[in-house]
Amino acid sequence: MAASRAPEPTEPLRQTPLHGLHLSLGAKMVPFAGYDMPVQYPLGILKEHLHTRAAAGLFDVSHMGQAVLRAKPGIDIAECFEQLVPGNIRDLKPGQMRYTTLLTGTGGIIDDLMVTRPVAPEHADKLFLVVNAARKAVDFAHISAALGDRAELKPLDTRALLALQGPAAAEVLSAHIPQTESLGFMQAQRIEIDGADLIVSRCGYTGEDGFEISIPAEYAATWAEKLLAAHAVEAIGLGARDSLRLEAGLCLYGHDIDETTTPVEAALGWSIGKRRRAEGGFPGAAIIQKQLADGPSRLRVGLALEGRAPAREGAAIVDAAGQKIGQVTSGTFGPSVGGPVAMGYVDSAFAKPGRTLAILVRGKALAAKVVAMPFTEKHFHRND
Amino acid sequence: MSDIRFTEEHEWIRLDGDVGTVGITDYAQEQLGDIVFVELPEQGKTVKQGDEIAVVESVKAASEIYAPVTGEVTDTNGALEEAPETVNAEAEDGGWFFRMRVTDPGELSTLMDSDAYKSYIAELD
Repeated sequence: MAASRAPEPTEPLRQTPLHGLHLSLGAKMVPFAGYDMPVQYPLGILKEHLHTRAAAGLFDVSHMGQAVLRAKPGIDIAECFEQLVPGNIRDLKPGQMRYTTLLTGTGGIIDDLMVTRPVAPEHADKLFLVVNAARKAVDFAHISAALGDRAELKPLDTRALLALQGPAAAEVLSAHIPQTESLGFMQAQRIEIDGADLIVSRCGYTGEDGFEISIPAEYAATWAEKLLAAHAVEAIGLGARDSLRLEAGLCLYGHDIDETTTPVEAALGWSIGKRRRAEGGFPGAAIIQKQLADGPSRLRVGLALEGRAPAREGAAIVDAAGQKIGQVTSGTFGPSVGGPVAMGYVDSAFAKPGRTLAILVRGKALAAKVVAMPFTEKHFHRND
Repeated sequence: MSDIRFTEEHEWIRLDGDVGTVGITDYAQEQLGDIVFVELPEQGKTVKQGDEIAVVESVKAASEIYAPVTGEVTDTNGALEEAPETVNAEAEDGGWFFRMRVTDPGELSTLMDSDAYKSYIAELD
């Protein structure tokens, strides 16, 4: 048997503030984005995945990049940041957060990220950003270079980030932090508790209700242990994080999106605000506006395969005549779906849900269908 | 007691007459994690020692299985198609992959016996 092995890292791996906890929980550690991260715990990916959908899972996502972007005097921070992203940042209310993308001059995705406007009026000149681990150096350099004369980017590298996801997450978290009960989906709040300055947001990467908790490094292990003590909560590794987000139809940077894909091609058009579509004023606006008007030539779609064999990243997607019409960008066996799930880009002519295609796996054409995503029902918290 | 031999790639082969039963070791299934799919070879297929002959997929990745010796596939464990998790539960027993007629029994001497394999995996950890 030849298992795929990760390449030897060239630099020493970084550790998150929860590294010791992962080891004590018996995690299998792997290199990821320069960090030594838990890919799974003794429970295993399949059970970790199912447990998150049934109860709650705690994820260490401290490798992700957190930063505060602060406007210089006389500058509106939202207008300033809108020059780099197509999202509607100006209309973000205090405490509201939004998913958006940093774009290249041709509309390619430098990274996808979460942008939060702080609640407190004295922080009205700031935005809180959470970006991908593997892209944080690139993102931060890009933002500083583009906006340096109008805003200052301060990486929050002494903060850990925990994600508590699943139907039991709200009950578990509100037992410790009652204020989180009333937090709406895609809302964030700064909460000081037992001396720790937390930023709690109701969002996630699993398709379930849940929270992300930004916390000073020195408090991270204590809080992780506190949350893990709840019967409903299990520690969940990056393996299940990937299968959960794939079933939820969410993109993984470097796989489903990168600098060669635009948000329109990536089926992220919903993240481009109405005003922004009309006015432009973001990198690659002309290209993106044209794609929005005429339709893109290729589109990211969900793919359900017949049988049990998963199609993996890189597999060719072909039409009935065997012509290549696209490529798989992520694929695995979806534990909750109970079958293989994949996403990839196809020529737009083939992108309609219900369309029958085939995916080449080890030389065999496996029947597949274009399906609407998510693959599993979304269970986000509904704001009243 | 039938003769069981191991490859460095973590396949096992148990010989009964000239027919060998092949699977992956308990160590291998532990490394792979939850197995969700096994692609079995076709009956009658002839393979040389070291040829790719089957594929095992976990949630995370696909891994190739190599023929431990030269021979012809005579039977496959069809139960794995519906229940691939059997490989996790019973890797060296009910989770066997296929049987093969061994054409060159001399090749078995190139493989490890149980004790040698135990020391081999002890050094991998």
